[in-house]
Amino acid sequence: MTDQAYNFAYLDEQTKRMIRRAILKGLAVPGYQVPFASREMPMPYGWGTGGVQVSAATLTPDDTLKVIDQGADDTTNAVSIRKFFERTAGVATTDETDKASVIQTRHRIPEMPLREDQILVYQVPIPEPLRFLEPRETETRKMHSLEEYGLMHVKLYEDVSQHGQIATSYAYPVRVSGRYVMDPSPIPKFDNPKLEMDAIQLFGAGREQRIYAVPPWTQVVSLDFEDYPFEASKADHACDLCGAGDSYLDEVITDDSGNRMFVCSDTDYCRSRRDDGHTGRLAGDAT
Amino acid sequence: MTPLLQVRDVSHFYGARIGCSDVNFDLYPGEVMGIVGESGSGKSTLLNCLAGHLPPDTGEVVFDTRADGPTDTVTMSEPARRMLSRTDWAFVHQHARDGLRMSVSAGGNIGERLMAVGARRYGDIRAQATDWLGRVEIDESRIDDRPSAFSGGMQQRLQIARNLVTGPRLVFMDEPTGGLDVSVQARLLDLLRGLVREMGLSALIVTHDLAVVRLLADRLMVMKDGYVVESGLTDQVLDDPQHAYTQLLVSSVLQV
Repeated sequence: MTDQAYNFAYLDEQTKRMIRRAILKGLAVPGYQVPFASREMPMPYGWGTGGVQVSAATLTPDDTLKVIDQGADDTTNAVSIRKFFERTAGVATTDETDKASVIQTRHRIPEMPLREDQILVYQVPIPEPLRFLEPRETETRKMHSLEEYGLMHVKLYEDVSQHGQIATSYAYPVRVSGRYVMDPSPIPKFDNPKLEMDAIQLFGAGREQRIYAVPPWTQVVSLDFEDYPFEASKADHACDLCGAGDSYLDEVITDDSGNRMFVCSDTDYCRSRRDDGHTGRLAGDAT
Repeated sequence: MTPLLQVRDVSHFYGARIGCSDVNFDLYPGEVMGIVGESGSGKSTLLNCLAGHLPPDTGEVVFDTRADGPTDTVTMSEPARRMLSRTDWAFVHQHARDGLRMSVSAGGNIGERLMAVGARRYGDIRAQATDWLGRVEIDESRIDDRPSAFSGGMQQRLQIARNLVTGPRLVFMDEPTGGLDVSVQARLLDLLRGLVREMGLSALIVTHDLAVVRLLADRLMVMKDGYVVESGLTDQVLDDPQHAYTQLLVSSVLQV
């Protein structure tokens, strides 16, 4: 089969319309999980089939696509999804956050603030924030529709009672626009404050067949207790390559004698800082 | 005095079969009503209809709400009914695991209703949970243990604490002592009796154990095949049963 045999961005137009309708509904009701007829994609569930479908329905031929996986442009998942759209949509791709108009992400929000004309697409494994507390979908839907979110705090209570603090460090539940409690996908809680942004945020869960969205400038509050307030946390270091003290860091074990380095998880952010002449503790040896 | 609960012509059918039929009674504040009968007599069906777990096919269940006075809970909106079941009502299941979250610590179980009605200070929730563990005679050091690590009697007491923490006015109990051995039963009954008196609770207790209703209930309703066959003061019904079935029931109790 030749590449021209694919419709633009792989999915047929009817499917894209269906997904766009779900996206619009999601934007109209921020945080509400809209069911959609998720398609089989040429990649396994859990590899971003939801995000890919949302991206496919969002892309136009003029768009520039960036794909990141845990902040990095060069990991398997990011590379294969980027290649997928290069081949099936022929869109331009980039590593630079600034130049992208659509960014598909797994588990991170780029460090650089996004603009109004950008769209951030999240890959979501489990869209239901109440899933591990209440396994019945019928019941969780009812809880959402009746705004019964006491259970969400039970999880936080358990955290505090066991660890002395809210130990949930990723997929930290948020309340969107004062109404729906939403799973922001497994982003580190460091990224939670960034959920209030200028760009459109779309969330796609392929296996679970749900799409939800946060429109620009929408209030997103991380749940907490009055005496144990939410805290965006990160490793208490600066990046060893670019010296950034404000970015989310990956810890890399460098040898068998316990040496380690901390590097920005957002590779584009780190590279652009190094290009600007910033250096970290190990910048000399590692690059 | 306004009855706390007025039940009018409540029926529930399972297809052509009768679950319970034409049940009428009033329950006043502070009163404990027992419902006895053999298995399949419709007592659990009735309780579930009254507690909003099953929609009755006919009839009214009028509850004297704090805000709006007597309101029919069958026709009230679902959010309002669920709010009632988190605040003014409590439901104690026969099997503690139906009423507890087994994967959540004892403290979290007790705190759930508090958080559901808006408590957002960890310290307060924790203090209330500790207080209630004490009231139901569970050692405070067990507050972070999961109910799966508790004995059956402790689970049942935890379930009671979890239900009563928001200060409900009406408690539905479905065989609260079923499946417990007699000495544990006795302590649980003692505890329940204390709490009911102390908090001025009204309660509906479904059981097939006549000794339980003798201890706890002021009034008694006897059900058979979905119908109420006899009702009255507990002592009166048990000591001078009128209906043939009640006579059979009372005479069937094993004497030690």
